[in-house]
Amino acid sequence: MSRLDINKTYKLFIAGAFPRSESGRVYEIKGAYKKFIANPAMASRKDLRDAVVAAKAAQSGWANATAFNRGQILYRIAEIMQGRSEQFVDEICALEGVSNKAAKTQVDEAIDTWVWYSGWCDKLSSVTGSLNPVSGPFYNFTTPEPLGVVAVFAESKPSLLGAVRTLAPVLAGGNTAVLIASESYPLPVITLSEALATSDLPAGVVNILTGKTAELAPWVGSHMEIDGVDVAGLSKKQEEELKLVGADNLKRVFRFTPSNHPERILGFMEQKTVWHPIGL
Amino acid sequence: MSSFEYASAPESKAIANIASSYGLFIGGKFVEPKKGKSFNTINPANEELLSKVGYADKLDIDLAVKSARSAFTKVWSKLPAKERGKYLYRIARILQERAREFAVVETLDNGKPIRESRDTDIPLAAAHFFYHAGWADKLEYAGVGNKPKPLGVVGQIIPWNFPLLMLAWKIAPALAAGNTVVLKPAETTPLTALLFAQVCQQAGLPEGVVNIVTGDGITGAALVNHPDINKIAFTGSTEVGKAIARSISATKKSATLELGGKAANIVFDDAAIDEAVEGIVNGIFFNQGHVCCAGSRLLIQENVSDEVIEKLKKRMSLIRVGDPMDKNTDLGAINSKEQLKRIHEISNTGDAEGANRWSPECKLPTKGYWYPPTIFTGVSQSHRIARDEIFGPVLSVLTFRTPAEGIEKANNSMYGLSAGIWSDKGAKILWAAKQLKAGVIWANTFNKFDPASPFGGYKESGWGREGGRHGLAGYLASDAKVSK
Repeated sequence: MSRLDINKTYKLFIAGAFPRSESGRVYEIKGAYKKFIANPAMASRKDLRDAVVAAKAAQSGWANATAFNRGQILYRIAEIMQGRSEQFVDEICALEGVSNKAAKTQVDEAIDTWVWYSGWCDKLSSVTGSLNPVSGPFYNFTTPEPLGVVAVFAESKPSLLGAVRTLAPVLAGGNTAVLIASESYPLPVITLSEALATSDLPAGVVNILTGKTAELAPWVGSHMEIDGVDVAGLSKKQEEELKLVGADNLKRVFRFTPSNHPERILGFMEQKTVWHPIGL
Repeated sequence: MSSFEYASAPESKAIANIASSYGLFIGGKFVEPKKGKSFNTINPANEELLSKVGYADKLDIDLAVKSARSAFTKVWSKLPAKERGKYLYRIARILQERAREFAVVETLDNGKPIRESRDTDIPLAAAHFFYHAGWADKLEYAGVGNKPKPLGVVGQIIPWNFPLLMLAWKIAPALAAGNTVVLKPAETTPLTALLFAQVCQQAGLPEGVVNIVTGDGITGAALVNHPDINKIAFTGSTEVGKAIARSISATKKSATLELGGKAANIVFDDAAIDEAVEGIVNGIFFNQGHVCCAGSRLLIQENVSDEVIEKLKKRMSLIRVGDPMDKNTDLGAINSKEQLKRIHEISNTGDAEGANRWSPECKLPTKGYWYPPTIFTGVSQSHRIARDEIFGPVLSVLTFRTPAEGIEKANNSMYGLSAGIWSDKGAKILWAAKQLKAGVIWANTFNKFDPASPFGGYKESGWGREGGRHGLAGYLASDAKVSK
């Protein structure tokens, strides 16, 4: 008899740990050929709140880490993912039904995306900040600062790259994140959490939930401690509804073109301007 | 000891040529509102009628937006950028030429001291146009990509506290970036905007590039909800800002919002106390405290608190309250009856909740709307006067023991527009500036503004920046963001 595989239990990623949903709920994921793959957790409103608490707690540590340090950690994520790339490729093939080559291209691109944003960390201020020539004896400068806690609805496909290109810029800017994986294609994102957990990324900087997008989106929209949202994985209708309730704390809500761009970082940053007199 | 009193030094009204009535400025001409309605604008310092202005409703807004759209597609977007810039330079120069007239009209309509309209509002408004004029043909260097594009027609709604200056903050960057605008001035302060319409005529600005529609909140809502607007730029209350965010949530419209504030002005025990006291006074009593970034929460380190408060009271006793047209006046009139009522209402909760009110003895004029410079001591963080924006000459004083506690109290607000730091230690200032969740930090100074300096808030103080390169970006289309 051939050996029986040890299948993975796909769980949430909150505050650096891998809990099941407090609700005890799971839902079934079938692969490309209607084959059962896994029962990931179906996160509840309470899980979301726990994730935000963790993200909030990790905020100042991550925001105040040196840009060089943040850049190194983002690069470390790329290193860890490279080592696990075969696992990601297999998972994407099974889930998306794409060719091995296509899956490999996606994984490579996801890894390179981390490297690209890693390099932005310590250049952002010099490229997008400014020393402002005001009319008076004042030293006046503007620098970008993180918004705080950003929720990210990952694109469904490409399942891994779609999550990475929404998540990486949020982290590069010094925000902490709650990533809501695509409802239909969540598994590579859960595996991503295992890479994140072993990349020197402080606990709570990224928290990952799986579950029903339509159930979680309104709670994300109305959560007063979520400062920004990338709605890549939401429908237009869900985006509108989220913006409507999100106005209660003036959430910064954006959808970006599917490419890497510094504006993805800056959209979730504030610009701070400091004045000081010059004189004896 | 006898003291010398200031003799009155009134500015002449003669230079202000205020017409008895004004229409709406649409398509380069003053036109009567479709329904022929108008409303009064008065001098808040004596309640005298200044003029009647047109009341724009939905039909007028539609005409104004159509005029702006037509100007955008047919003229403004086709004009070489260099020429677009020249119009802005012209406007800046005309504003400088007519500065005295603008200052007088501003003070009559708004109630602010002539010294402030003359030395701050009008020169800064002109500077804003001059600064942005230079951007018009350099947009590809503004950090938003190689081929920056304007958004189209921008609807702009401005408040009554700095009427012409807020107009300049809105119109200058919008035009420089190649947009056309429909601007609604505040209900109580429409006059300098209408005077500005004449400046546009004098500058030969193509018809429809700037449209000015006067009215109230209903007029503003009609502008926000007009389907052919590409962007809303609003300065005003957080409440209205949120309402705007809701009304555009299912549209392609983008928005910049400059909203309320409850700025912490933090005095550390190593501060130069006399300088700090001047800064505190400027922070809260400048423009009668009608300033969204006013330093309305004073946080003093406990060991210097008695000294600061004593000196502050002494300094407040020297504030001259009265005729805004008098060049010696420090504190002018409250802008409207409605605002005065709001100041009374919120300040009265200070008494009711147990804080201690103090005002210097001062004689307030019998006509017009007035409120004395006021401080509340013994304020705790949960008091309404420590949380809500009063938008008047009322200061809430709190204390803290350690720097960390000071920062925590400062950040305990839904707002995040501005903050002040008073200390003689460089490292401490930069540390505090980093910790404070606010868009503008004034260290050892307060209430400074400049066209080159981005202004805008964190948290519920708004979206985006105005001024500087960062403000300009708000009027250019992003090549990475998807507007649905």
